[in-house]
Amino acid sequence: MMTQLSRFYASSIGKKAVVAVTGAGLLAFVFAHMTGNLLIYLGPDAINAYGRFLHELGHGTAIWFARLGLLAMFGLHIVATVQLTRQNRAARPRGYALDGCQRTTSAARFMIVSGLTVLAFVIYHLMHFTLGVGNDYRTAEEYFTMLDGERVHNIHQMVVDGFSVWPVSVFYILAMFLLCWHLMHGFSSVFQTLGAQTHGTRRIVRYAGYGFAAVILIGNTSIPLAVLFGLVS
Amino acid sequence: MSETLNLILKVWRQQGPADVGRFEEIDAKGIPVDASFLEMLDIINERLIENGADPVAFDHDCREGICGTCSLVINGMPHGPKQTTTCQLHMRSFRDGDVIWIEPFRANAFPVIKDLTVDRTAFDRIIAAGGYVSVRTGAAPDANSMPVPKEQADDAFDAATCIGCGACVAACPNASAMLFAAAKIGHLDSLPQGKPETRRRVLAMVRTMDAEGFGNCTNHYECEAACPKEISADWITRMNRLHNKAATIEAVR
Amino acid sequence: MIQPLTATPDARIPAGPLDRKWSRHRQDSRLINPKNKRKFRVIVVGTGLAGAAAAASLSELGYKVSVFCFHDSPRRAHSIAAQGGINAAKNYQNDGDSVHRLFYDTIKGGDFRAREANVHRLAEISLQIIDQCVAQGVPFAREYGGLLANRSFGGAQVSRTFYARGQTGQQLLLGAYAALEKEIARGNVEMHSRSEMLDLVLVDGHAKGIVTRDLVNGRIETHAGDCVLLCTGGYANVFYLSTNAIGSNVTAAWRAHKRGALFANPCFTQIHPTCIPVHGDYQSKLTLMSESLRNDGRVWVPKRKEDCGKAPDQIAEQDRDYFLERKYPSFGNLAPRDISSRAAKEVCDEGRGVGPGGLGVYLDFAEAVAEFGEDTIRDRYANLFDMYAQITGENPYKTPMRIYPAVHYTMGGLWVDYNLMSNLPGLHVLGEANFSDHGANRLGASALMQGLADGYFVIPVTVANYLADETPGAVTAGHDAFRETEKSVRDATDRLLGIRGRRTATSFHRELGLLMWENCGMARSRQSLTEALQRIPELRAEFWENLRVPGSGESFNQQLELAGRVADYLEFAELMCHDALHREESCGGHFRVEHQTGDGEAMRNDEDFSFVSAWEHTGDFSKPQLHSEPLEFDVVKPSVRSYK
Repeated sequence: MMTQLSRFYASSIGKKAVVAVTGAGLLAFVFAHMTGNLLIYLGPDAINAYGRFLHELGHGTAIWFARLGLLAMFGLHIVATVQLTRQNRAARPRGYALDGCQRTTSAARFMIVSGLTVLAFVIYHLMHFTLGVGNDYRTAEEYFTMLDGERVHNIHQMVVDGFSVWPVSVFYILAMFLLCWHLMHGFSSVFQTLGAQTHGTRRIVRYAGYGFAAVILIGNTSIPLAVLFGLVS
Repeated sequence: MSETLNLILKVWRQQGPADVGRFEEIDAKGIPVDASFLEMLDIINERLIENGADPVAFDHDCREGICGTCSLVINGMPHGPKQTTTCQLHMRSFRDGDVIWIEPFRANAFPVIKDLTVDRTAFDRIIAAGGYVSVRTGAAPDANSMPVPKEQADDAFDAATCIGCGACVAACPNASAMLFAAAKIGHLDSLPQGKPETRRRVLAMVRTMDAEGFGNCTNHYECEAACPKEISADWITRMNRLHNKAATIEAVR
Repeated sequence: MIQPLTATPDARIPAGPLDRKWSRHRQDSRLINPKNKRKFRVIVVGTGLAGAAAAASLSELGYKVSVFCFHDSPRRAHSIAAQGGINAAKNYQNDGDSVHRLFYDTIKGGDFRAREANVHRLAEISLQIIDQCVAQGVPFAREYGGLLANRSFGGAQVSRTFYARGQTGQQLLLGAYAALEKEIARGNVEMHSRSEMLDLVLVDGHAKGIVTRDLVNGRIETHAGDCVLLCTGGYANVFYLSTNAIGSNVTAAWRAHKRGALFANPCFTQIHPTCIPVHGDYQSKLTLMSESLRNDGRVWVPKRKEDCGKAPDQIAEQDRDYFLERKYPSFGNLAPRDISSRAAKEVCDEGRGVGPGGLGVYLDFAEAVAEFGEDTIRDRYANLFDMYAQITGENPYKTPMRIYPAVHYTMGGLWVDYNLMSNLPGLHVLGEANFSDHGANRLGASALMQGLADGYFVIPVTVANYLADETPGAVTAGHDAFRETEKSVRDATDRLLGIRGRRTATSFHRELGLLMWENCGMARSRQSLTEALQRIPELRAEFWENLRVPGSGESFNQQLELAGRVADYLEFAELMCHDALHREESCGGHFRVEHQTGDGEAMRNDEDFSFVSAWEHTGDFSKPQLHSEPLEFDVVKPSVRSYK
């Protein structure tokens, strides 16, 4: 069984399947994360309650399972794609004098670049909001608030403070463009790599991917914009 | 006589696999527009030989678009700007004064033999890994004993039309041979005669393909844009599905 | 060195009634113990239908096989280009087909110049071929019920042709190639691609090996085996321009001939009437278009020479000569290949040809487009029209196509007996490379049938008749004969490289081709052949004085490969003309202008020429020696073809 699994991972299609499955999980995460973010528009209590819900789910164990799961997915996704990219570069040691590509997209060609940039963003984002590193707009104590008589994280305040600094917002917005560029190719690739599309559905899947990317882009960038323009405070 | 063109060729010259290679500029004057691209190279070679120079080596044979021997990358596109084989590309597709870059198929798995000639025996080894039905001569039942729905037979033909030229590998930014392998796997999997061996075949062919040093598919779809036989990348979708299923079954059995 | 033959060798036709000969022969053939089969090594040269099928089938039986092809992969052989289909007497259409009818049609189509026994065997085996190919996964056309589709082809009155769109040859070859790769993977077949056979090694008169040149590094190598199978195709490229692939050559067969193998009926060459005409002197090949075009197109040329330069739409209806309809009122534009081809040549010789060089006739679809509409015509011929437009840059829906005949198959080849063995023991010849089954003319969709019959079903039985008496591995490449043959190959290569003249091999090939086309092409005469026999040696002499081959022998050198092939064509052409001159009759693909009826029909001479001409090489400067194998027709009585 382990031998077969390692043989599966050793094969090109096996590695790609790992990328696709983890990619699908990350797509789901990105969508869920955005949906949670949008609670900001319902006021401080809604998003802070959501935060408390996530922290308390399964007596506080769920969030750690989720974190470990996400870490594993990120890890596998990155390791497999880096290995694939290295193999791909080795397979074509010298390129052509002229670029004759006809059908591919810039999103497809720069997946590794967009992906690794998004990784850098994710690290910054975790430091910014989860660990609170460099997020010294207030004292740590000021990022707690009372909700229904309980002491909870004041996510709303963190977001508003963070995005009130315009370079931070600009960086987040740029990162979202890169992420969505990544998703434009990533979404349909999940279906192609897992063999989950047909001749008839290939176009539909491609446009669904563009739609998905657009939704994520609009949803996530609206928040820093809303903060900058004072719509959320 | 017919109209002619004056062109500048930038031709890749390489003595052998160990040589680094370089582009050489060759003046191609008075090329008839009705000549095929390979006939243009014939004319150039005749002139090079007459001038005591080394002619440009390139692979070619049937010159009617079916044998899959010709293998040039013209201005960055395998077989040139039209979706056909190089032998079916004609000089009327170019304009007077054009600069044309001519290169070999570039892939680690296709080492250059000389100039524009590459070694594509890796493809033969992929077929040898399982691109056949294991039937002995003489062991066949009557041809009509196993009906095949017309749609399935037509699908099988669409995949079987692959000429093994390698343009898919040359076009793929990753030099992947997925379309080639997928076409053969799809052809045989579409027919009841080939189905019993699909699982064994897909695992063996994919493993051989990887071992030969081809890259991995990252879904650029350049292969189907370059394929002179217009084989669809849908066959890759199917191969991915068949491979994952076969690997899963292999793992849990 | 070579012992002259005293008599024509025996064709070893089995006794008994025609329809029992093959089954009886199979029973009577020798068997080799499976343990011993492993000790025999069979050398197969060429990987087209015949070669790939033979190599795969022999390996399945247990023989060790070494396979050679000059292509980069065995899948590239020119069998791949056959368009139309493959005949088999399955009678799936219930239209009265049978083994006997296929046999009869093939004998008659061959203009009574083939052996009855061979042709009957071919018709019998046709049934198994289709079964075999379907089992391999060849995607033949099917009907909605899921069963195989058939069409009528090449004027046959029954629908017995199986096809895979316009790419039947490709699909059949890929089937045979896949079978070959299966055996390579099993480790029983050694594959040598990019390896060209340059000579045959005889040990005590038996074919026991070959000398090859590795085309990548130029190394001359020797390979020993227990017998040799030549499956190296036809010689149509002696005309330079033909529908064959550029690499197709006569070298392997010719060098075997020079070692003593008889060459049979070299003058039987087939011309295909609907090819895209020559458009310039740089042209490297002619492209064939399916004959089906003649179902709807009308063939014409201007009545007056002066009109030939005009655009076709400027020529009034009454100034056009629909010459096929005029000469053959009942068959019209559908007259058989050889007759239509000659009629086209005649009008062009009169100076009424159209297009570059006046070598072309119009094939006009205007009337069909007017009657059925452009869409219907597009449905029927879209791929052919597209191909034509691609190559010529003209739109055939608007302007008439221009067509001209071109050589595309050669019926002649090395002489073989019923076992497909040449007069040299151990040397077997299969497919187009032998002369055996098509007589003076090949029917459409029969070439694929013959190649596969020879490879899959005949040779696996008959090769044992030779091998059973041989000690496996008795001869190794260490034998003196290998060193001597290798040396002669080296010397020949050095000689080509050492000339250092001014002309390229292609320029000689082009000149030879034109000479052969003019003098030994569609129509031949005593005068044209005599002239060719005088000019060929002159051209050959110039070749050996003025050839320029750049580069060295120890490297990848395509010009050297070409030069060797052209050198052989320059010798072979002479044999072809001798044969054509000797055959004082017109039959099938051989038309002698002296032998025609008052209205231009071929006149066969059964009294004096009902035999196979098997030529023996007697030396580089002496005339070949003729041996004739009489043809006896016990079942089908020769009759006259008429298409009036």
